[in-house]
Amino acid sequence: MHPLELVKNLRTFLPPEAVLYESEDLKPYECDGLSAYRQMPMIVVLPQSEAEVIRILRICHMSETPVVARGAGTGLSGGALPHAAGVLLSLAKLKRILEVDPLARTARVQPGVRNLAISEAAAPYGLYYAPDPSSQIACSIGGNVAENSGGVHCLKYGLTVHNILQLRVVTMAGESLEIGGAGLDAPGYDLLALMTGSEGMLGIVTEIMVKLTPSAEKAQVVMAAFDDIRKAGDAVANVISAGIIPAGMEMMDKVATHAVEEYIHAGYNLEAAAILLCEADGTAEEVADEIRHIDEIMRQSGAIEIRTSRDETERLRFWAGRKAAFPAAGRVSPDYYCMDGTIPRKNLARVLDGIERLSAEYGLRCMNVFHAGDGNLHPLILYDANRPGELEKTEEFGAKILEMCIAAGGTITGEHGVGIEKLNQMCSQFGSRELKIFHAVKMAFDPAGLLNPGKAVPTLRRCAEHGAMHVHRGEEKFPELPRF
Amino acid sequence: MQNIIDQFADTIRIAAERKAPLHICGGGSKEFYGNRIVGQNISMLDVTAYSGIVAYEPTELVVTARTGTRLADLEAQLHKHRQMLAFEPPHFGAAATLGGCIAAGLSGPRRASVGAVRDFVLGVRMLDGRGDDLRFGGQVMKNVAGYDISRLMTGSMGTLGLLLEISLKVLPLPPMEMTLSLQMKQAVAIEKMNLWAGKPLPISATCFCNDALTLRLSGAEAAVHAAHMKLGGEEVAEAAAFWQSVREQTHLFFQPGKSLWRLSMKSTTPPLSLPGQQLIEWGGALRWLISDAAMDAETVRAAAKTAGGHATLFRSGESSAAAFHPLTAEMMSIHRRLKEKFDPMGILNPGRMYPEL
Repeated sequence: MHPLELVKNLRTFLPPEAVLYESEDLKPYECDGLSAYRQMPMIVVLPQSEAEVIRILRICHMSETPVVARGAGTGLSGGALPHAAGVLLSLAKLKRILEVDPLARTARVQPGVRNLAISEAAAPYGLYYAPDPSSQIACSIGGNVAENSGGVHCLKYGLTVHNILQLRVVTMAGESLEIGGAGLDAPGYDLLALMTGSEGMLGIVTEIMVKLTPSAEKAQVVMAAFDDIRKAGDAVANVISAGIIPAGMEMMDKVATHAVEEYIHAGYNLEAAAILLCEADGTAEEVADEIRHIDEIMRQSGAIEIRTSRDETERLRFWAGRKAAFPAAGRVSPDYYCMDGTIPRKNLARVLDGIERLSAEYGLRCMNVFHAGDGNLHPLILYDANRPGELEKTEEFGAKILEMCIAAGGTITGEHGVGIEKLNQMCSQFGSRELKIFHAVKMAFDPAGLLNPGKAVPTLRRCAEHGAMHVHRGEEKFPELPRF
Repeated sequence: MQNIIDQFADTIRIAAERKAPLHICGGGSKEFYGNRIVGQNISMLDVTAYSGIVAYEPTELVVTARTGTRLADLEAQLHKHRQMLAFEPPHFGAAATLGGCIAAGLSGPRRASVGAVRDFVLGVRMLDGRGDDLRFGGQVMKNVAGYDISRLMTGSMGTLGLLLEISLKVLPLPPMEMTLSLQMKQAVAIEKMNLWAGKPLPISATCFCNDALTLRLSGAEAAVHAAHMKLGGEEVAEAAAFWQSVREQTHLFFQPGKSLWRLSMKSTTPPLSLPGQQLIEWGGALRWLISDAAMDAETVRAAAKTAGGHATLFRSGESSAAAFHPLTAEMMSIHRRLKEKFDPMGILNPGRMYPEL
């Protein structure tokens, strides 16, 4: 269908300001949080209700127009990168909190509601929404579902998939589905899990019922400094061995602490090779007990300095440094590229050594922040996009880090998603049979292949051409494809 | 061990060629659960030979074990390191295997406080209906590469694939547990369970039956005692045996031979006015109903649906109703398409979940 004809069709039921097609109106949508990739969409639509979403999808389905969903646009893997010949479906106007049920500890919300807004609405009842990605002030719950977002507290409180009960979903063909339920399980296959983290490939989420968690009575954090990153890694393992699941356990390396200290003055030890933040929450009695225990473990693990937050102000100050890691990277370098691999924690030292080696090899600085409790690494590669060739070098460096994560028994993405960014690394992590199953799952929901085409799962052809494939369990990958 | 997998794969390939259904079977402890497998020339595929723990690192909080591993052996191994399968899966027999536990997707008393089986599944290795050896997910807590096939497999009753190996997140055993009993009526108990679940209290299990609410506290000693002071109630002796009887359905409430319905619903749903006896778990979100054979399935299902949930005929007794709550036409068509993709010949446990799958 001709773009203008499509616009005309959409405007039969949407107000003119909800259907954008002039290039100056489209410009703000050309990228998401991964700004290295940009693409202008053909049309942007901003529906205000599920009924409008259904009509938009039916028209696009009939006219075979690709559709890319977008929430707040804070995604870090280019999952909401527009399609040149497609409609960008912004869910930003579906931003109503429909119901908070304090007794059942649930909230029904529309996908455009900000993550933090849910916790704010639940706060008067002593409840909150547990997953807290660092972008929680801006990111939308619909985007969180699409990416299965985590946060610093997910070792104890889980990811998005553990904290949602029900979804209303519209398929590309315009059918609406209710997935999950108000209870703790649902009949049939676990489509709730399948939808979570599916990166807008399977359906458009129009409503979410989230679980709310009682706010802890108290939280306290131990900050421990180590002269060797290995000792910090051992301290993490020792905490877990002692039977403690901390509310949060974060590690930062020296490059990171120096970058943030200059800017936030969190009080980090600048001599340390690594610092560890380990938080306990719960009732006052539980916290006192756990903090005592953590303090002892840090001491035994060889910490050179240990400080425990004395009050809420100090606790927030200790955390402020960690939370400012990304902006701090932006202050010390014109550009930075955030990676998102997960590894079994025991391989931490090996992977960090490897990153240091690559950093020297590429001549690019790298700072490491690490969700230590669950093995999720965020190396931030510092670069300058204005220097010719530096972005390409950075991407190559990043790709090597991800390959290293796979080799260490981990994964190429812990919480940011594959999007457009990690398609090549998907070829390393999965064989052609697994990829075929992923494509088949996509087909089961979206037989026409119109939702977010080209994202999340690489084509077998792309993998064959990428060349970074390894021989997996002695089998050659993609034997059915010609090689040159 | 690879030769066992090769045999399984050959069996599947031959069955696919002949379009002859396979009845995947572990310890047989959950044979009663779900519907009868349909088709001609059904053969059993016994997976118990593929057993044993592949990897277990307590400090990583992850265990990987083969499908035929006995659940009891796995749990005993975890307990040695003071860890557990936190979702407390029911065994329903000494022969219960890990594969059966994951395929059935059932969780026990701790479910409402820590999560269900699916919440702890991190990765699977499986054979699909073509006999292809596939791996999804992994051994790490956070992983969003590719669709979440591992959790899709959980609770799919063996209709999408044969599980080979499963990686699970494990948790430390709580330092202390205490079980309390409080006398009250059902409506009050439902309200209390929900109110308390909204407070930062270390409640790890609840069970209401015969005008008594039994609840378990788990956590640091100080926290457990403080919660006891707040909640009151009598401390129950032999508490471990009590929770075991609820988990394994050996509690007197579960009368063998009768139809047992499992209603999963919004936790705040007021007492259901259905004839028969009820036992409530999961803070009100799970209601067990023992009814006589005359009980009409539609009535039970309508009651569950009204409360935002669904009803399963868990043990059929004398009832001939289908086990699982019917799906809407739109949902069924997605289920059918998924089944076709994983098992194109329809040979893996056909009909065990729904006649169409």
